[in-house]
Amino acid sequence: MIDKNIKKVLLLGSGALKIGEAGEFDYSGSQALKAMKEEGITTVLINPNIATVQTSDGFADKIYFLPVTPYFVEKVIEKERPDGILLAFGGQTALNCGVALYESGVLEKYNLKVLGTPVRAIMDTEDRELFVKKLDEIDVKTIKSEAVSTVEDALKAAEKLGYPVIVRAAYALGGLGSGFCDTPEELVALTEKALSFSPQVLVEKSLKGWKEVEYEVVRDCYDNCITVCNMENFDPLGIHTGESIVVAPSQTLTNEDYHYLRSLAIKIIRHIGIVGECNVQYAFDPKSMDYRVIEVNARLSRSSALASKATGYPLAFVAAKLGLGYGLFDLSNSVTKSTSAFFEPALDYIVVKIPRWDLGKFHGVRREIGSSMKSVGEVMAIGRTFEEAIQKGLRMIGQGMHGFVGNHELKINDVDHDLAEPTDNRIFVIAKAMSQGYTVEQIHALTKIDRWFLYKLKNIIDTADALRQYTDIRSLTPELLRLAKQQGFSDFQIAREVKKEKFHSYTDSAAVRSFRLDMGIRPVVKQIDTLAAEYPAMTNYLYLTYNGTQNDVEYLHDHRSIVVLGSGAYRIGSSVEFDWCSVNALLTVKQQGWRSVMINYNPETVSTDYDMCDRLYFDELTYERVMDILELEQPHGTILSVGGQIPNNLATRLDEAGVNILGTTAQSIDNAEDRHKFSAMLDRLGIDQPRWRELTDMKDIHKFIEEVGFPVLVRPSYVLSGAAMNVCSNDEELERFLKLAANVSKEHPVVVTEFIRHSKEVEMDAVAKNGEIIVYAISEHIEFAGVHSGDATICFPPQKLYVETVRRIKKISSQIAKALNITGPFNIQFLAKNNEIKVIECNLRASRSFPFVSKVLKINFIDIATKVMLGLDVEKPAKNVFDFDYVGIKASQFSFSRLQGADPVLGVDMSSTGEVGCIGNDTNEAILKSMLSVGHRIPKRSVLLSTGSAKQKTEMLDAAHRLHEKGFLIYATGGTHRFLAENNIPSIEVYWPSDPDRHPQALEMLHNKEIDMVVNIPKNLTSTELSNGYRIRRAAIDLNVPLITNARLASAFIGAFTSLPVEEIEIKAWDEYQ
Amino acid sequence: MRQPKLATLVLEDGTTFEGKSFGYEAPAAGEVVFNTAMTGYPESLTDPSYEGQILVTTYPILGNYGVPPCGTKDKVSEYYESDHIHAKAIVAQDYSWEHSHWQADRSLSEWLIQEKIPGIYDVDTRALTKHLREKGSMLGKIVIEGGEDIDFYDPNLENLVAKTSCKEPEVHGEGEKTVVLVDCGTKHNIIRCLTKRGVKVIRVPWNYDFTQIPYDGLFISNGPGNPDLAEETVQLIRKAMKTGKPICGICMGNQLLAKAAGAKTFKLKYGHRSHNQPVRLVGTETCFVTSQNHGFAVDSDTLPEDWEPMFINMNDGTNEGIRHKTLPFFSAQFHPEASSGPKDTEFIFDKFISMLK
Repeated sequence: MIDKNIKKVLLLGSGALKIGEAGEFDYSGSQALKAMKEEGITTVLINPNIATVQTSDGFADKIYFLPVTPYFVEKVIEKERPDGILLAFGGQTALNCGVALYESGVLEKYNLKVLGTPVRAIMDTEDRELFVKKLDEIDVKTIKSEAVSTVEDALKAAEKLGYPVIVRAAYALGGLGSGFCDTPEELVALTEKALSFSPQVLVEKSLKGWKEVEYEVVRDCYDNCITVCNMENFDPLGIHTGESIVVAPSQTLTNEDYHYLRSLAIKIIRHIGIVGECNVQYAFDPKSMDYRVIEVNARLSRSSALASKATGYPLAFVAAKLGLGYGLFDLSNSVTKSTSAFFEPALDYIVVKIPRWDLGKFHGVRREIGSSMKSVGEVMAIGRTFEEAIQKGLRMIGQGMHGFVGNHELKINDVDHDLAEPTDNRIFVIAKAMSQGYTVEQIHALTKIDRWFLYKLKNIIDTADALRQYTDIRSLTPELLRLAKQQGFSDFQIAREVKKEKFHSYTDSAAVRSFRLDMGIRPVVKQIDTLAAEYPAMTNYLYLTYNGTQNDVEYLHDHRSIVVLGSGAYRIGSSVEFDWCSVNALLTVKQQGWRSVMINYNPETVSTDYDMCDRLYFDELTYERVMDILELEQPHGTILSVGGQIPNNLATRLDEAGVNILGTTAQSIDNAEDRHKFSAMLDRLGIDQPRWRELTDMKDIHKFIEEVGFPVLVRPSYVLSGAAMNVCSNDEELERFLKLAANVSKEHPVVVTEFIRHSKEVEMDAVAKNGEIIVYAISEHIEFAGVHSGDATICFPPQKLYVETVRRIKKISSQIAKALNITGPFNIQFLAKNNEIKVIECNLRASRSFPFVSKVLKINFIDIATKVMLGLDVEKPAKNVFDFDYVGIKASQFSFSRLQGADPVLGVDMSSTGEVGCIGNDTNEAILKSMLSVGHRIPKRSVLLSTGSAKQKTEMLDAAHRLHEKGFLIYATGGTHRFLAENNIPSIEVYWPSDPDRHPQALEMLHNKEIDMVVNIPKNLTSTELSNGYRIRRAAIDLNVPLITNARLASAFIGAFTSLPVEEIEIKAWDEYQ
Repeated sequence: MRQPKLATLVLEDGTTFEGKSFGYEAPAAGEVVFNTAMTGYPESLTDPSYEGQILVTTYPILGNYGVPPCGTKDKVSEYYESDHIHAKAIVAQDYSWEHSHWQADRSLSEWLIQEKIPGIYDVDTRALTKHLREKGSMLGKIVIEGGEDIDFYDPNLENLVAKTSCKEPEVHGEGEKTVVLVDCGTKHNIIRCLTKRGVKVIRVPWNYDFTQIPYDGLFISNGPGNPDLAEETVQLIRKAMKTGKPICGICMGNQLLAKAAGAKTFKLKYGHRSHNQPVRLVGTETCFVTSQNHGFAVDSDTLPEDWEPMFINMNDGTNEGIRHKTLPFFSAQFHPEASSGPKDTEFIFDKFISMLK
């Protein structure tokens, strides 16, 4: 059955990282490409996400940095003429695109074979109605609702469905008239009310409090099926699985429960006709064996990536092979190599996945978690007890928490309320409740979380209580200390419980560590081998645990390994780009004859794929755990500079512990990170920087502002709520921000920096050796300073910088590199205005833009940086390589549509969740490709302009002219309308929401789809909540109308699409740009 | 804080594993075997095939969902695989003192105390499993702190089939067709799987001469220990084969049928005990995930001419079932009745039932 005619396949990627579709698809796509490569099949990849590993040299044969949309995919098909297409490895984006191409006949036209699950089967799972019908055919229960229009029918429906039921009024927005009914009496009352304002009522079985369980199922074309893993949500139904803590394998299902659902899953995927991988999600009654199928994903998913990491079973790799017609029996277990891939992994550990939220980065967003996903990343913790795994995981999410206990006191007004209505803090609310004496029963009643999980959490509380009985670390009994470690307590947590208010973070944690080592209490290393040690496995996939007495691996202690610290959970500001950096560092380490060792815990990454390195420690990046590993591993050196800020922050402590940090010294890192030291150094070197002060009272703040003038950038060191920094344009904004959002005191100083308006922002990404720059890339932001560099649109090579500016930037960078004696990667951000250059900040590590500049320049900066750090000689690239005939644009992806209520405006704090990087023959082409890649569409007819301040209006004037010339209909709000009229550009005035009686109303027009694009430039850089602008911006997002909030970006985009029709975009692969 | 007693697992090669006691506080000895299943401890403990064995669960957390009530339904246990625990002891990494499940009426520890079976946790079960894997299954004993020591005990020297088999014939279910079930230590789910298909089951002791009673098909159950010790059953099967009536066997049944046909069995280094054993239907591209629990296997090379292997293990190539080339005799080494484990091969019962004339 293996199709030998498949010589070339097209793989669709998932584009920019966004909430709900993130790094997991880089991992699955990379695996699929590896599988194809092993078969000698040529691969073509479309993915504009330039920071991914899959879009690197050596993964696909042809890479197109183009939008994954039917138009562009068809163009690539037309050019490349592949024999097959893979739709299951690029998330919903790829799947939707594939279905559209099937429906429009493109796949047939080019005789393109869909490898794996047929499109018909995909459609059966995607369309709710078809799905229910399909599962009805085999008597499998789905969640159904019955539409009724009388109270009598409602009662009948409820009788059939079984109480409790949920009643929803049809055609009513915002859940008006909905509610739960436990009895017929309640149903009558609610239905009567609902029917009074809606002609129809939907009655649905209420599954509130049911367990949520998932199975990952694999099927080959011979109808052989396995379930690779099942997973159970800690949070009951009602919380999106992406928002839930998840454990694998399930913990509260009996054998009968487990296999009942497993058999059903197999029955379902056979009936649907999946070939490859899919997941089946169930709601499962905690009081019987009743179930409902929630959904089936006929593709690789976030869960399947997690399942792969949780079990060591490479689901995406196997699914890709099955798509070619292999049977599961043809493939071998890639961990043991000796046993078959047709088997179900047996775990001898538990994994806990915990989501990472960044809701604090957004203005106005609701903190409640529920049926839609808001988290931006996740971690996976491995342990041999639940307590150990969850405490590890809570440290891994990196939000300042030390585990389940031992954290800063959480301020909660109403514990009952917060238990019943969970927020991103829910697990810590449980800790709070338990420490206040709530029983497991009480918490279960409010949260519906299975008691088993709560009992386990209670064990942690009990151990913390036992630790608090002591005041001296050295008087702890070895039994208690061991128990605490077995339950995942860090040395820090133990020390804090014992020392209480006398706790000193570093010295007391160190005291626990040394006492513990004296007692011989140390973790052991265990392998993940898919078969629970039944067969010998040469696996290098490892984790550490205190629940065990023997190491699985032997240590050679030959100092021939290099440890690379990864980047941890994806979050706003640190995501797939650092995975790319980590993977490339590993590859170079290996290539240079060293053993490569990775420490990371993010299941969505390629760096945590055990075949990327010689040893993978899927474990914490805390000082404690890194030291545990380094003591076992005794490497030649450790690389901290490719994993973003998390490893960088460990530099000083690791250095003090005698760790050989490769590259730039910890002292230099500290000199760059410490604001005062860095500033003093710049002064010594005669390098300019924006004026700033660290201040401790309002009087001094006002005095400083008198000197530099508004606006100023304000960064409190302790934030109560909201964003960590803000730009304040006047006294009122300053007062409000500092009073509401932050504390100003001796302990909590505030850094105030002058804010230079209308200044360009320029980035220098470079690698130096012994203080001398080896390779560099200078890029410019399209937006003026004030937009976070992670949100800005970046152009490389710079197209609009003065030669003099570039020269000065090079000179300053050389001075800094020399002064800090940099060896390895670094990034400096500059402000440039009229050739005056100021340094904003300097990071002695790889930056977010490393993969982008490396790929545009076709010089791998991380490869060079790694070689430099290994002490190897590297030749400086010849001068002329910087002179090329194309342009790269990096554009940001926002996920505001997922974040209900958030103001989609850009500011000094980063809010984008991902990015793309596209290459074009000129700036316009590159802008167009990249903007289309992050979800913008070229307006068909009409654009709504409200363009902010006078200065911004002027900036937008050219663009408005062009829109008019090209025949676009311009709608404009009052001020903009008048400004355009003064400049002889016709526009139709529309009214703000605050002027509700006048027409046309902007909001109404958006609702009626009369506007194809919104340009809304806020007047100032602070957010004024619920303002007119906010309502228009939010409506645009909610109604899926493209929105731009920056004048310079809007101008660039309008300039691009008015001068270059989409049809004229050249379809060129990466290697065709020379 | 809970202060469980310390307990030690001592292996016959002198290796010891320190842990903590749960369940019944008394020493126990037996053959130490590991099982990599992640669920199903009530089923495993009551499975007669574990007679005389100390069960090591490689899944580290044990006892999560407590234990379902003991009770009978249609003369077999409702939730268990027999009426009492057959294993000598149970070993795990972590024990859940608190359990949670709607069906549970007591904790695993409480049940173990009732049945006088010790448990030990906080043992590095992965290290223990690797040790057993390298050295092979071996004898062991659990000794509780401050309690008495006992001698090692080798269950394989005993006729465990005789020990676990029923003592008198019993009738289960009703139907037009009659199946004789030779009880070599049968799991109750084999009886349930037969009776729910509408046949009358006459369950007979392992050495009962069933050939004198009228029946339509013969079923040979699973059972513990060394098949060489059940020679009497083998003789009876040989006698039954002459009638040409359908015969099916499971696990020990597979081994005894093979011996009746003239083949030999041997002891595996550490046996197959898990829910994830892959088997292939010989000569096809059809594979099954199976539940297994056996320490002995049929040597396929010793099968006579008119027999052939029906299933083989995809990991180590050992025999997983045999069939006669022309007559309706076949058997499986794995457990189509599951309980615990995947239910993917229950069709074996359908196949057997369909052969009954």
